[in-house]
Amino acid sequence: MTVGLAHYLAVAAILFTIGVLGIFINRKNVIVILMSIELILLAVNINLVAFSVFLHQVTGQIFAMFVLTVAAAEAAVGLAILVTFFRNRGDIAVDDVNMMKG
Amino acid sequence: MALPAIAFYLLAAVTLFAGLSVVLARNPVHSVLFLILAFFSAAGLFVLLGAEFLAMLLVVVYVGAVAVLFLFVVMMLDVDFSSLRAGFARYLPIGLGVAVLLVAEMIFVAVTVADKGAAAGAELIPAPRGTPNIVAIGQVLYTDYVYFFQAAGMVLLVAMIGAIVLTLRHRKGVLRQNIGDQVARTPATGMRIVQIKSGEGLKSGGSLMSKELGE
Repeated sequence: MTVGLAHYLAVAAILFTIGVLGIFINRKNVIVILMSIELILLAVNINLVAFSVFLHQVTGQIFAMFVLTVAAAEAAVGLAILVTFFRNRGDIAVDDVNMMKG
Repeated sequence: MALPAIAFYLLAAVTLFAGLSVVLARNPVHSVLFLILAFFSAAGLFVLLGAEFLAMLLVVVYVGAVAVLFLFVVMMLDVDFSSLRAGFARYLPIGLGVAVLLVAEMIFVAVTVADKGAAAGAELIPAPRGTPNIVAIGQVLYTDYVYFFQAAGMVLLVAMIGAIVLTLRHRKGVLRQNIGDQVARTPATGMRIVQIKSGEGLKSGGSLMSKELGE
């Protein structure tokens, strides 16, 4: 049995779903939510690279690089916001992040 | 079974197990370590696909930078993580329902695309000799996508500045050198004549000095 495109797409789909599940069940822990977002972006990268390789187009890998860039930037800014929030509130429970409701 | 197939199933199983452990682990430090494992095995999958450069990039950027950043923040924040797990069991049934639906849909679409889409019947053939993966990426990245490449650099710069601005704080009561103030000093502002009555001394000397220096 040869490993084809569908196998890689299935792995990416399951990984994406695990990420979404993580956001669902860890609704209070913002650190795990950020990690789930990283998992989702990793699944997207697997999809992009798999299609890139099977279609013999290197463009998909370039897009995966851009996704990687944005993921790194997003993690840095998200964690910085988290640290600032923790300094101000002494807690990171997401359900009382409603200070800016006005 | 061929060796690549065994490697694929092993790496895929480890990736999915690590991903599930990230979501379900009680201790966030364990979550970060499983995240590192997931990135490593995903990098193995990329190598298996023939995207070596992206695999190394994944190890360097994700494991070396992002995961370590997560580890720092998790260990730095003194939070009672058990209280953050409240509602875990409450959201689990609906979460699982949505997850099963989502994964069924996505695998259905994936199988259909792999069967009848643009890549139907495509085989995983090794890249031709002479053009390594990194050369192929560079030839496209620095020509067709050079502006996007520069924009990605800008995104990283803005993220870096934003993270620094967000976390920087000036504490009160810390003496700090202010070059601008020092240069702007003139004899008129830098010197003051204080009349002192004889025999009393200068009791408020210290506070006078610190007031002159600023904060």
